[in-house]
Amino acid sequence: MAVEHRTRTAGEKEPRTREDGSRSGTRDGGPAGGGQWFGVLRSPLGCCAAGLLLAVLLLAAFGPLLWSGRAAAVDTGRLLQGPSGHHWMGTDNLGRDVFFRVLVATRLSVALALLATVLGVATGLVLGVAPALLGRRAGRAVTAVVNIAVAFPGLLLALFFAVVFGVGTQGAVLAIGFATAPGFARLTQTLVASVSERDFVCAARVAGVGRLRVLTRHVLPNIAEPLIVNATIGAGSALLAFSGLSFLGLGVQAPSYDWGRLLGEGLTGIYTHPAAALAPGAAVVIAGLAFNLTGEAVAKAVGIPTAHGIRLPPPVGKAAAGKAPVEPEAAAGPGTEPVLSVEGLRVSFPGPHGPVTPVRGLGLSVGRGESVGVVGESGSGKSLTALAVSGLVEHPGTVDADRLEFLGTSLRDGEKKTAATRQLLGTSLAMVFQDPMTSFNPTMRIGRQLSEVAEQHLGMNRRGAWARAVERLREVRIPAAERRAAQYPHEFSGGMRQRAMIALGLMGRPALIIADEPTTALDVTVQRQVLRLLERVRTADGVALLLISHDINVVAQTCERVLVMYAGRVVEELPSDRLLTAARHPYTRALIATVPHMESDLDRPLPVIPGRPVTPGQVPSGCAFAPRCPAARDRCHTDDPRLRVSEPGHRIACWYPHTGATVRPDEQLSDPTTEAGGRP
Amino acid sequence: MKAQTAGRLLSGPGTPRPPAVPGPAIGLLEHPWTRFTVRRLGRLVVSVWVLVTAAFLMIHLIPGDPVRAALGLTASQQVVDQRREQLGLNDSLPAQYLRFLRDLAGGDLGVSVTSGLPVTQTIGDRLPSTVALAVASFLLAVLLSVPLGAAMAVLTRGGRRHRSELTFTSAGVLIATIPEFLLAVGLVWVFGVRLGWFPVAGQAGIDSYVLPVVSLAAGPAAVLARIVRIEMLSVLHTDYIRTARAKRLPARRIHLRHALPNAVTAGLTIGGLLLSGLVAGTVLVENVFAWPGLGSTIVRSILTKDYPVVQGVVLVYGTGVLLVNIAVDVVLALLDPRSAIRES
Repeated sequence: MAVEHRTRTAGEKEPRTREDGSRSGTRDGGPAGGGQWFGVLRSPLGCCAAGLLLAVLLLAAFGPLLWSGRAAAVDTGRLLQGPSGHHWMGTDNLGRDVFFRVLVATRLSVALALLATVLGVATGLVLGVAPALLGRRAGRAVTAVVNIAVAFPGLLLALFFAVVFGVGTQGAVLAIGFATAPGFARLTQTLVASVSERDFVCAARVAGVGRLRVLTRHVLPNIAEPLIVNATIGAGSALLAFSGLSFLGLGVQAPSYDWGRLLGEGLTGIYTHPAAALAPGAAVVIAGLAFNLTGEAVAKAVGIPTAHGIRLPPPVGKAAAGKAPVEPEAAAGPGTEPVLSVEGLRVSFPGPHGPVTPVRGLGLSVGRGESVGVVGESGSGKSLTALAVSGLVEHPGTVDADRLEFLGTSLRDGEKKTAATRQLLGTSLAMVFQDPMTSFNPTMRIGRQLSEVAEQHLGMNRRGAWARAVERLREVRIPAAERRAAQYPHEFSGGMRQRAMIALGLMGRPALIIADEPTTALDVTVQRQVLRLLERVRTADGVALLLISHDINVVAQTCERVLVMYAGRVVEELPSDRLLTAARHPYTRALIATVPHMESDLDRPLPVIPGRPVTPGQVPSGCAFAPRCPAARDRCHTDDPRLRVSEPGHRIACWYPHTGATVRPDEQLSDPTTEAGGRP
Repeated sequence: MKAQTAGRLLSGPGTPRPPAVPGPAIGLLEHPWTRFTVRRLGRLVVSVWVLVTAAFLMIHLIPGDPVRAALGLTASQQVVDQRREQLGLNDSLPAQYLRFLRDLAGGDLGVSVTSGLPVTQTIGDRLPSTVALAVASFLLAVLLSVPLGAAMAVLTRGGRRHRSELTFTSAGVLIATIPEFLLAVGLVWVFGVRLGWFPVAGQAGIDSYVLPVVSLAAGPAAVLARIVRIEMLSVLHTDYIRTARAKRLPARRIHLRHALPNAVTAGLTIGGLLLSGLVAGTVLVENVFAWPGLGSTIVRSILTKDYPVVQGVVLVYGTGVLLVNIAVDVVLALLDPRSAIRES
């Protein structure tokens, strides 16, 4: 019997419950809470549990009235008999009917469990609110006592108290009540502490309301709900615990009987007459489950909103998710054979109203040693594109492409991923992720996380791989690389981790680095260092770079070619040195216009793109940007523009591209790699 | 169920976590491991003192005369007085407390009222059986739950195999709710009485361990498997697992080397609670199987009011729980070096 454990397990749900309570108001969450409580009945499990609990309680109330005569009747002709027509569950050693004795024992078993629970909750409540009522020192002493008591299992505490209070019904109630108390005290303390930090409690305190009044008027009503839920679960545990004590002979004494006592008496004869032991055992389990499951179901119904997670609206333009109208690209980058070649890339996820497709037919290619930037607002599908081309989209997401080749090897979904493909990707494709703080395994040394790549894919031994890791760390300018390699990620700063991430990519012989927002989580000076490092690696080893960023400055300064993404598609592709002069898609121009620069008039509000980015489930038919586009005409709302070549190296998906000249008079974006504007 | 949340609730209110920024030059005293050791040992010492004092006070909290209660109403006043003198119950409370502490330090727990044997001897006879039972059950629970929970997490991640997930979860809840002694009775009936595969009681040979160990391990294994699965699922969604996948390591290495240690670390706190609960659970199971351990001893001693024995066994159980707790903390600190520093 795990008295304290059950209460704690239940306690995990509390913060959620309280969050919910805070939404329904401060003190008068009653009606709303009541409605949610009845919501339990809507789930099949909750309904069953509540029904079972009701049956147990009814049996406890009326069982003895109806059957105590039959339970006490002595049938001397049938001692210790097995189940028969006369006695469904057989008889005990005095010839009394086991079945009716189990039914009648319900009242005592349930009543004692409830009594013990009430005692435990009350004591726990007093101990739990004591720190809030008493002064600092006394409060701390109470907390310390509770902390020590909680460390001991409930059964040990119950045995201890059983010794003190003596063997018998009264002693057992006290023992189980006090054994449950520390768990409830801890729960109450936690709840009180969380409520006490809330604004309305602070306000009451500032207004000079006394401690006791704050507690009874403001704090207790707000923690009542989780306490009642936990008390319900606690009652189930108390029932099990009580039957345990009675079974040991420390609880109810003859001639009274509860389920535990019946079980203890029946166990001795289990060879000849198993029903006498199994029937009360089954009763204990059923009643315990009824309390526990009802409590859990209520906790779930009250704590977690029914619609969990994001509910995406129904997709409007289903046709938009189909085959993408993309013209095959005329020429790849400067190199001859592209490192990465993608056509018609689609990534979809199942949604509540049919599949959602955040990437809808995207094409791009990266030549050897070339640097290509992908830019767009958040939600445009940039990061998903990075994951999809590197084969890292996980179930339930699906990746589909007309063509997805890396160094001439197809990576399309459904095609068999051979060991050779894995090795190729492991050595030739490097990834740098956005958040360097979470991208390393916290329980492994940095050096080990690097060296395992060389061990896995280059067949190096442990020592050789470690030496290579240290060497690579040194290459990305990590000071004292030898010592640092033996450290854990939490001992590294953010910038150092991102450099270590690049070093990780260099463990093989990369042909392409895919960097997904590599500098977003870093501060400006560190950003500059990381971008320079990427640049240095690229030019030194002839590595291609696919840089994904929401920051058009970063992309324009680091890359040779820029792809602008909107709603899961490429809407414009052009060389980055012509971005300011020749950008023709209204979205690209709007993006450039939103970037503040040295000549920005600080007295005027910064320009923004009006409207909202498209959510993947709600792509309009026609051009996805049309609802936000100042130049949109009727055709834009009905026909989807194809990405077509407007001049060599420049592709646009727009019916009415801009034909004017420059976007910006100064023709210079501020450089993220230097602090002031202008190139170094 | 979020174990982090549980961890926060367990650690109690008002425990701020200072940012872990180890300076470059920290002396030995300032070293996180030294601080961890000092802090943890301090807590252990206080807990042991509370335990010892509670065990001492237990006898004095009993209403009425414990010796009269133990010897019964028929015993002559002379015998009772003699026994009171023998137990030193006529001295002042502080004097008794000091003597109790001194005896305890010398390894003397007194003499059993009923058998007249030294309590230490009784404990020495009985403890190994109980420890064997508890250790075997814990190992079984861990060996079952960790692979099961981890495998279920890998199989059901990202909403795969919804039906097996449902089966696993409901079976876990059911098994975890059935108390160990009722499970023991059920197992005795099926495997001992009906099938006759295993002995129903006593400690004799390896097959007598099967039923008690299984009935003790089943509940904790179910809870632990559920926790391991949930922790594993949340670990599988982390960025560093994505990094490991980007390294194109084999799935086995990603799951076993990268994900599992992190999942187990997070599940260990609650695993430790289960282990100390298991120490207590032996009491009931030993009584079902007439196991010659401490559990049956303490129950018999409580019923016969043999208080020195009860006192001794309570001390042993309590110390066992405290040792389990500190072992969990140390393992946790070794597995996850941040926790040693993080914990305030």
